[in-house]
Amino acid sequence: MSALLDIEDLRVTFGGTAAVRGISLTVEKGETHCLVGESGCGKSVTSLAVMGLLAKGGKREAARLSFAGEDIRDYNEAQMSRLRGDRMAMIFQEPMTSLNPAYTVGSQMTEVLRRHRGTPRAQAVDRAVELLTRVGITAPGLRLGQFPHQLSGGLRQRVMIAMALMCDPELLIADEPTTALDVTVQAQILRLLAELQKDLGLGILLITHDLGIVARVADRVSVMYAGEVVESAPTAELFRAPRHPYTRGLLSCVPVPGKVKRDEPLGSIPGVVPRIPPGFTGCAFRDRCSFAEAACAGTLPRRNVGPAHELRCILPEGVPA
Amino acid sequence: MSTPAIEVRGLRREFRASQGLFAPPRRVVAVDDVSFSVPAGSVLGVVGESGCGKTTLARMILGLMEPSAGEVLVDGKRLEGMDRLARARLIQPVFQDPFSSLNPRRRVRDIIAMPLVAQGNVTTSEIDRRVAESLERVGLSTEQGTRFPSQLSGGQRQRVAIARALVLRPRIVVCDEPTSALDVSVQAQILNLLAELRRDLGLTYLFISHNLAVVEHVASEVAVMYLGRIVERRESEALFRDPRHPYTRALLDSVLTPEPGLGVPDVGLGDIMPDPANIPPGCRFHPRCPACFAPCAATAPRITSLEDGLVECHLAG
Amino acid sequence: MSTVLQPAGASSRRRIWRNAGAILGVGIVGFITLVAILAPWLAPHDPFTIDLGRRVIPPMWMEGGTPDNILGTDQLGRDYLSRLIYGARVSMIIGVATIITSGIIGTFLGVMGGFYGGRVDDAVVFAITARLSIPVVLVALAVAGFSGGASFTLVILVLGLLLWDRFAVVARSTTMQIRNLDYVAAARCAGCSPMTVLLKEVLPNIATHLAVVATLEMALAILLEAALSFLGLGVPPPEPSWGLMISEAKEYMFFSPWVIMIPGIALFVLVLGVNLLGDALRDMLGTDLSR
Repeated sequence: MSALLDIEDLRVTFGGTAAVRGISLTVEKGETHCLVGESGCGKSVTSLAVMGLLAKGGKREAARLSFAGEDIRDYNEAQMSRLRGDRMAMIFQEPMTSLNPAYTVGSQMTEVLRRHRGTPRAQAVDRAVELLTRVGITAPGLRLGQFPHQLSGGLRQRVMIAMALMCDPELLIADEPTTALDVTVQAQILRLLAELQKDLGLGILLITHDLGIVARVADRVSVMYAGEVVESAPTAELFRAPRHPYTRGLLSCVPVPGKVKRDEPLGSIPGVVPRIPPGFTGCAFRDRCSFAEAACAGTLPRRNVGPAHELRCILPEGVPA
Repeated sequence: MSTPAIEVRGLRREFRASQGLFAPPRRVVAVDDVSFSVPAGSVLGVVGESGCGKTTLARMILGLMEPSAGEVLVDGKRLEGMDRLARARLIQPVFQDPFSSLNPRRRVRDIIAMPLVAQGNVTTSEIDRRVAESLERVGLSTEQGTRFPSQLSGGQRQRVAIARALVLRPRIVVCDEPTSALDVSVQAQILNLLAELRRDLGLTYLFISHNLAVVEHVASEVAVMYLGRIVERRESEALFRDPRHPYTRALLDSVLTPEPGLGVPDVGLGDIMPDPANIPPGCRFHPRCPACFAPCAATAPRITSLEDGLVECHLAG
Repeated sequence: MSTVLQPAGASSRRRIWRNAGAILGVGIVGFITLVAILAPWLAPHDPFTIDLGRRVIPPMWMEGGTPDNILGTDQLGRDYLSRLIYGARVSMIIGVATIITSGIIGTFLGVMGGFYGGRVDDAVVFAITARLSIPVVLVALAVAGFSGGASFTLVILVLGLLLWDRFAVVARSTTMQIRNLDYVAAARCAGCSPMTVLLKEVLPNIATHLAVVATLEMALAILLEAALSFLGLGVPPPEPSWGLMISEAKEYMFFSPWVIMIPGIALFVLVLGVNLLGDALRDMLGTDLSR
C-alpha cells in the first residue's frame, strides 16, 4: 500500500541558492508527520514545493514525488490546481493573510466546493455550516456572513481548517498553524486537528519549530537543518534517543516547566545557521558541532540507528546516549 | 527595606475607540488598577495572552504612555514629570521584534551610541569607549559594530538591542518578549546572556512573556495578567508548583512540553475569546472558568493574600 | 516569508538594470538633463535671434529643408533645434524647482500630522482635503492673470504651492506607520527629544518613499508648466518653453505640422522618462518600512 505522500530526494533552488538539498519523507494515511526545524532550514519551502506553490524563480526536482500513488512531479499548473483544495489542502501560519479580507467567510468557503465539485450554492452552504460546527464554531450561520477581520485569531484559524476540509482532502499540510496563536488557543486547535485526523483518516504533514508540539502530536518526526533532513524517527524513539548532535542541541535548549533549574544556563547551540553556497558538500552543521571531524566535509552516509530511525551523520551511532 | 526598583500603584489605562460618527466611542480598559513592587536586583515575570494588557503596562512603566490613573515609581522617584534624560538613565527597554527595533538606516555602533548622544554631555571619545564596551559585553565584535541591522541575524540584532539598553548603565530593563521572535537555539543564547548581565551589573528586570517555561527559568516572582488585572502573583517556584487561580492552571496545562506520549491536554476554557472592550461582570474570567460557581458572575473577587504572594479569586477567599 | 536570504544592496541594483523600463527612464532623464545643462554648447544657433526672411523652414529631411536648421525654423525664423534644446532647460528647471518647493511644504505638513496626531493631524488632513478640492489649473491661471502676466518665478511659486498634496499624503502615512515601530519607541526611551526622533529616526526612513513621489510630481509639474505656457500664463515669451512653442505653433498646425509635433514629442518623451524613472525607483526601493 503506497504512502499517501512520498517524497524522495527533493531539491529546491532559487537562483543560485539551494533552499532544500535532498530531503525524503513519507506521510501515511491517518498519520501525522512533523517536519521540525528553525527558521531558514527550508521546511516551509518544502511544503510549498510539494503543493507546486513555489515563488517565481524556484526550481524543484525530485527522484520521487507522489501523492496517493500518482506521480505529480510533472503536473502542470492546471493539474496541480485541481488537486489543491480538493485532495490535498494546506493551512498557513497567518490566518489574516490567508483569508481574503475582502470576501465573507461563507463566500470563501463555498467557493472551494463549487470550484472543485461544481456543487450548487445551497448545498455548498450546508456543507460549510456542517464543517464550521465540526471545528467548534458556535453560531455558524452568523459566521458565514462575517468578514475575516471580525473574527479573532483562533476563530480564523478554525475557519481555515474548515475551509481546508470542504472537499474532504486526503492530505493536510499545516505550516506552523498555531505559532501566531495564544497558548490556550493553540492547545484547542491541535486537539481539533487530532480529532479530525482520527475521524477522517487524514494524513497530516505538520511543519513547526516547536518541539513541544512535535512531542505531543506527531507520529513521526523529521528534523531539518539547512535544507536537509538530519534525523528522522518515530516520535517516542526520537525523544528517547536523539542521535544527531543538532537534535540533541535543540532539545537541550528547550526549557521544560517544572524541570527548570533557575541558576544554570540553558543549553544552547553556539554560532548561527550558515548560508549554503552553491557546490557545498558535507555536513552543514559541522561548524557548530562539538563532534565534528575532518570527514564531515565529505559525503554523509545515511544510517539506520534504530527501528525506523534514520540519521545523516559521520558518527556510526550518532551521539552516544 | 531598600527602595524597590519599580513600584506601581493603582495603574489604569483606558483607550477610546471611535465607533464612527453616530455611536459613542467605546471605552477599552487595557490595564485596570494594577499595583505591585519589584525589589531591586530581582526579576518579575509578567505572563498573559493577547488582550491582557501586559504590553500597555510595559509602555506605561517605560514612560512611553501616560496612565489614565495611578502612578509609577522608578527607584523611588515618580515617573510622571521626570526629565526624559534622567528617566533614560534609570530604565531601558528590550523589545520583541529584532527586525523593527533597530533603525535600518543606521549602523550598529550609532544605534548603540544613541542614548549616550541624547544625554548631550558625553565626549566623543567616552561615547566610543562605552559603545565598544557594550558591544563586547553582548558578544559582538567591533566589525559587527560597523554593519547595518539588515546584515545581522535575528539573534545578533537582539544583542544590539540589549547593548543599546545597557549603554547608559540603567537600573532597570523592561524586556517585552525579548526572545519570542527568535529560534529556539538562539533564544537560549539570549536568555543566558540576559541572566549573566543581570548578575554582573546588578540589574532589575521586568520580563514579559507568553512562554511560561522561559519565565520560570528567568523570574523570581511571576504575575499573571488577565484582561487588564493581575489575577495571581506568587513566587516563581510556588506558582509553578501549585497555581491557585484557574486561569494560571489553564495556562500551565496548555504548555506543551517536549514529552512524547502525553497528547494535547483539554484545557477546558471553552470557545469565548477575551475581549478588552467587553469585560464580563463579576470576575472577568468567569465565562471561561471551569471552576465557576455562584458568586463569580455577580461580584468581582477580592485580593487574597497568601504567604508567598496573592491571588484574586473567589475560590481562594 | 522568504526563507532564502538575499543581500540587500547588490541584488536591487541588478534588478534595476534588468528592467527595460528602468533603463529607458534613467536614459531619457539623464540625456535630457545633460542637454539642459550643456545647452549653450549644444545649440547650433541662438534661440532668440529672429530672422523674418527664414520663417517656417521645414526640417532638414523634408523638402525645402536646409542643413543649417536641422529641425527647421519657427514662425519668427528662430532655429527650432536650438529652441528645443533651451526649452529642455525650462522644463527641467521648473520641474526640479517645483518639487523642491512642494516637497518641503508637503513633507513638513505630512510629518507633523503623522507624528503628532490629534488636533495637529486634524488640521493637516483638513489642509490636504482643502487643497485637493482646488482645481490647480484654474487657480494657477487666476493667480497669473491677477499678477498681470507671467514670469519664471511666479510659475514655480504657483506650482510649488499647489502640488504639495501627494508629498503630504505619503509623508503622513509613512510617518504614521513608522511612529509605531519599536525603534522609534527605543529612541524615545533613550531620552531623545521629539525633534531628534523626527529628524534622525523618522525622516531618513521615509526619504525613499518621498523620492518616488518627487519623480512623479516632477512629471506633473512639467506638464502643468507646459499647459500654463500654452495658455499664455506660464513662462513668458520669448523664453523657449515647449508648452509655449506648442501654443505658438497652433496656427501652423495644418500646413506645417512639424512645428507642433516636435515640441509635443519632446514633452511626451520627457514625461514618459520621468514616470518610468519613478516606477523604477519604487520597484528598487520597495515598500517595507521596518527593514
